[in-house]
Amino acid sequence: MLTERQRKLRAWKRGIPLYLMILPGLLYFIIFKYIPMGGVVIAFQQFDPFDGFLKSDWVGLDNFRRLFAEQDFLRLLGNTLMLSCMNLLLFFPAPIVLALLLNEARHALFRKFVQTVVYVPHFLSWVIVVSLTILLFSVQEGGVNKLLVNYGFAPIELLTDSDYFRFLYVSQSIWKEAGWSAVIFFAALASIDPTLYEAAVVDGASRWRQMWHITLPGLRTTIVILFILRVGYLMDSSFEHILLMQNPTNLQLSDVFDTYVYRMGIIQGDFSYTTTVGLFKSVVGLTLILLVNRIAKKLGEEGVY
Amino acid sequence: MKAHDFRGRDPLYQTIVYTLLVLILLIILIPFLYVVFASFATKQEILTRGFFLIPKVWTTNAYAYLMKNQNFMTSFQNSVIIAIFGTAISMTVTTLMAYGLSKTWLKGRRVLNFMVLFTMLFSGGIIPLYLLVRGLNLLDSYWSLFLTGAIAPFNLIIIRSSFQNFPSEIEESARIDGCSELRLLLKIVLPLSMPVLATFTLFYTVEYWNSYFSSILYLTSAEKMPLQVFLRQMLIQPSENMGAVVEGLEFSPAVRMAAVVFTAIPLLVVYPFLQKYFNKGMLLGSVKG
Repeated sequence: MLTERQRKLRAWKRGIPLYLMILPGLLYFIIFKYIPMGGVVIAFQQFDPFDGFLKSDWVGLDNFRRLFAEQDFLRLLGNTLMLSCMNLLLFFPAPIVLALLLNEARHALFRKFVQTVVYVPHFLSWVIVVSLTILLFSVQEGGVNKLLVNYGFAPIELLTDSDYFRFLYVSQSIWKEAGWSAVIFFAALASIDPTLYEAAVVDGASRWRQMWHITLPGLRTTIVILFILRVGYLMDSSFEHILLMQNPTNLQLSDVFDTYVYRMGIIQGDFSYTTTVGLFKSVVGLTLILLVNRIAKKLGEEGVY
Repeated sequence: MKAHDFRGRDPLYQTIVYTLLVLILLIILIPFLYVVFASFATKQEILTRGFFLIPKVWTTNAYAYLMKNQNFMTSFQNSVIIAIFGTAISMTVTTLMAYGLSKTWLKGRRVLNFMVLFTMLFSGGIIPLYLLVRGLNLLDSYWSLFLTGAIAPFNLIIIRSSFQNFPSEIEESARIDGCSELRLLLKIVLPLSMPVLATFTLFYTVEYWNSYFSSILYLTSAEKMPLQVFLRQMLIQPSENMGAVVEGLEFSPAVRMAAVVFTAIPLLVVYPFLQKYFNKGMLLGSVKG
């Protein structure tokens, strides 16, 4: 008979090859995720690159006081939340509508074709998407504006007039990602029991009523979970996208926490203060995620994790 | 889906559905088609005619010009190198870790899983990471890109759950025959997991090929910059460090369009081949129940 200790030892021993396989990945997480998390201590210092983490002066909460006193703070918070909320309102329904439409189309081949096409923009970089926007809409040489001018209309200053910025930003997000985001709804639709439709047809339900009473309820769980996730990430913005769209004319509207940290931190070298900004954002983000997850579970939905 | 056959015909309803879908198709396809076709047009035609789909005069001058442009070709090569090595490193590290974590009997697994999950919820932000990379002397080296992007936690979790669904009977019998864990992974589990592996190879490649921010963050010398950075400076921010990568050359509209096509093409070529895989592979972990 093996003693308890021997059995435990055996389990560890048996795991050795697996631990070795995990090791490189584990090192990655420790070095490039957890050490930088520890690095947030410089938010409480006046960090001097020459002195390093250990010798820099501790300043307590000074950086946080500066952040909350800064005029920029409300503007950054407002811009971040505004863009996220617009995404929630306009982007979020798009993949659902797309999936529903596709579900209603009769020809399997056509459905497949549409599905293939709507996925494609997801594989293009933000650089390409923004480039396409410029090639189509820039005032001097954009194809669409040239056409407008040729027909005697005034060009639309889509890229330089800051009034269009938010709308343009959300439209680009929808163009690039709505198709890909619909994948999960396609899957949910495929799992709806077809006998429900049969029964509805027997009862004389029209296509509209079938959609309202069978298809939409079938998507409910997926919609709730994804909505929660979105709310949890309200503080995040699509960084590569917004940085490309940012220019002096729209900076008032397009400056969000992430771009501010990049500009003030990496470019201007104010490391301690921008780490504080990043830390503030991360903490609020984490709180939001934990909060919405709890609410979801209270509502009787499956949580996100 | 059989469901459609018996759900009754409703011509008006179908017309609305198809009209909207065709409209969506056009919105997605037209920007592409315009840029692809216009890249074969002459500068004069683009500047005078504005929006069009079929050029009156066809020319491949723009492509010839780009091929001769040393900076463009260098950045293209850089992108290929970054994508190939980056994907190889990421797939190796991710697959190994995912396999290890997929064994439910492994001690310490819960802690490790939580460590992975937590990084999806909280991060130290880019400044500490940047200082770390700088401290490790990795600035201006491709290792900064490979190491900071080695594992996408989301990919790791889905690969792990697909390994977890692997029939344990096969593994047990191989183990009884004296097969080591590494051999088991390489000879049995991986060959049978091709859809998942193909999917995530594509995802990592797309990620490396498309990202520009880590390059402008960590790389400093112009000759190391990837294609996305070249394109960004050529089209989007010409004023900013124009000299660095593009050398202040005046690019005609057709050349700029050709550059966009060039940057998009590699992924569009691979995409159809892998699509059949990721339709299967991707959904494995994404829908609960």
